[in-house]
Amino acid sequence: MSVDLSVNIGGGLTLANPFIAASGCFGYGVEYAGVVDLGALGAVAVKGLFLDEREGHPPERIVETPSGMLNAIGLQGIGVRRFVAEKLPRLRECGAVVIVNICGSSIEEYAEVARILDGAEGVAAIELNISCPNIEKGGMMFGSSLRGTHDVVAAVRRVTRLPLIPKLTPNVTDVASFAVAARDAGADAVSLVNTFLAMAIDVETRRPRLSNVVGGLSGPAIRPIAVRMVHECRQAVSLPLIGMGGIMNAEDALEFIIAGATAVQVGTANFVDPFIWKKLLAGLTGYLRRHGLAGLTDVIGSLELPARNAPCA
Amino acid sequence: MPVDVDAVVLSNARLSPDYNVLALAAPDIAIRAKPGQFVMVKPGRGDHPLLRRPFSVFEVLRDTGGVTGLSLLNKRIGVTTRTLFGLEPGAAVRCLGPLGRPFSPAAPPERAWMVAGGVGLAPFHGLAAALRARGVESTLFYGARSAGELFRLDAFRRLGVRLALATDDGSRGDHGRVTLPLERALRRLDPAVPLRLYACGPTPMMRAVTNLADAHGRRTEVSLEQVMGCGLGGCYSCVVPIRRGGEAPRFVRSCLDGPVFDGGTVVWDGLGAG
Ligand SMILES: Cc1cc2nc3c(=O)[nH]c(=O)nc-3n(C[C@H](O)[C@H](O)[C@H](O)COP(=O)(O)O)c2cc1C
Repeated sequence: MSVDLSVNIGGGLTLANPFIAASGCFGYGVEYAGVVDLGALGAVAVKGLFLDEREGHPPERIVETPSGMLNAIGLQGIGVRRFVAEKLPRLRECGAVVIVNICGSSIEEYAEVARILDGAEGVAAIELNISCPNIEKGGMMFGSSLRGTHDVVAAVRRVTRLPLIPKLTPNVTDVASFAVAARDAGADAVSLVNTFLAMAIDVETRRPRLSNVVGGLSGPAIRPIAVRMVHECRQAVSLPLIGMGGIMNAEDALEFIIAGATAVQVGTANFVDPFIWKKLLAGLTGYLRRHGLAGLTDVIGSLELPARNAPCA
Repeated sequence: MPVDVDAVVLSNARLSPDYNVLALAAPDIAIRAKPGQFVMVKPGRGDHPLLRRPFSVFEVLRDTGGVTGLSLLNKRIGVTTRTLFGLEPGAAVRCLGPLGRPFSPAAPPERAWMVAGGVGLAPFHGLAAALRARGVESTLFYGARSAGELFRLDAFRRLGVRLALATDDGSRGDHGRVTLPLERALRRLDPAVPLRLYACGPTPMMRAVTNLADAHGRRTEVSLEQVMGCGLGGCYSCVVPIRRGGEAPRFVRSCLDGPVFDGGTVVWDGLGAG
């Protein structure tokens, strides 16, 4: 029995499978062209792009922590125009479904980057990074206010008909209200979570381990919190959700999918195992077969909640 | 294209209380590895430690039937290196490679001087073998804390490499930094003799070697050891500030554009604490 792994992530975009390489963890995709078949991934979310080139933070940019890592890359990047000219053609050749993660220091910059991508060939969707914890201006500044979230999404919505996926920060008290704000401003889906603002200190030197002092925590350490947040968003909105945070194997991905994610992104795990994609697909297919299910859509949001107000045992 | 293998530990030779040479059955990687390239290693499958660590390929191992694997020169510092120190034959280590830009080996009549500090010896066994195959006259300047931490000298001698040693405690060779014998040799060498230097070790050492060589009109290829996340260009964590031509310095990824760089292009002050 063949199983159908395809998913519709909103805005008319259907992916052959739910596995997306997470932004910032897969370069511009082209770096992996010789390692994995990019066309076999559900999609590739490329490194966050501003209008212009950026140098990012000085080293040290990462540090490992228990079952996770902190990063403060600072969104080093080649800028959207060079991306379109130099990377997009190769991604098209490889048959990759390309989601472009975009950033801005101002609402105007977000809109300008989106406008450029709207006119480019081979962009499947735009992921709005309003959640990067590592930069002074932009990023989480917008994503941690309901107003900011609404305004950025609405401004970008006005300039493009590409599927629009705001990426939410977990560094807020009530993440579901941000999913609502994104929906009201015209988002087609939301992705979550970006990294958790965090810090590590070298006690011998008493210095922060990252040059930027603070950074974003990713990896298995954050998974249970990320799953809870997807669950909360699922209760609040009916938009497609793209879940992520510490997914290391198919079972981890299924937690997000059962909680209500239509697709998932995999970031840190790709550093540990660049060949993870085949294993994820095999694991997911095996699960569907084992449960006698014809397609992944039967699993999305299939969480069995205990009856409310059940009498105490 | 790199390959990822579950490499079985063939042997673990403990050289001192801190250093060991771990032989891994990874012939597919070893056959392709060029001097200066590295592998990303993870012992065990668990989430702690989570990430792989970069290691230079130390030796390419052969028997009568051909290439059987590769070895790593390991120094016990953190979680992964402690685990690698303790592994017994038969254990498995995940090993991805070969990765990175290799050294460009000199060709006669050019001479080659390799400058190693501590565990920075690692990339030079492979380079020495390549230099010997090309008939390049080569010397290893090698510094360590003490005589007991100067390893595998015979292996280098067998490859026809001349040795110049230095130890921090003076127990062997020059008393002090490896730059002492290096500076003497640079002064003594006829400037008309073509020479290329290679350096690997602590950042201050590589910087000193590059500057010293530069003062004598010589170029140095350095092999930098940045903290790496993926080894494949995905994460942008292993960047090094590089100045090419008259341009402003740029952060470039050590895993793709390095780990070997022209020492004269490295902006040493911006390299980070590591
Ligand atoms: C090194 C690194 C760089 C990242 N860069 C970006 C980025 O440019 N844009 C973005 O939206 N998220 C970025 N992220 C966040 C990831 O896309 C993802 O949301 C987060 O790491 C959680 O997933 P994971 O635990 O599978 O890594 C980055 C994460 C890491 C570890």
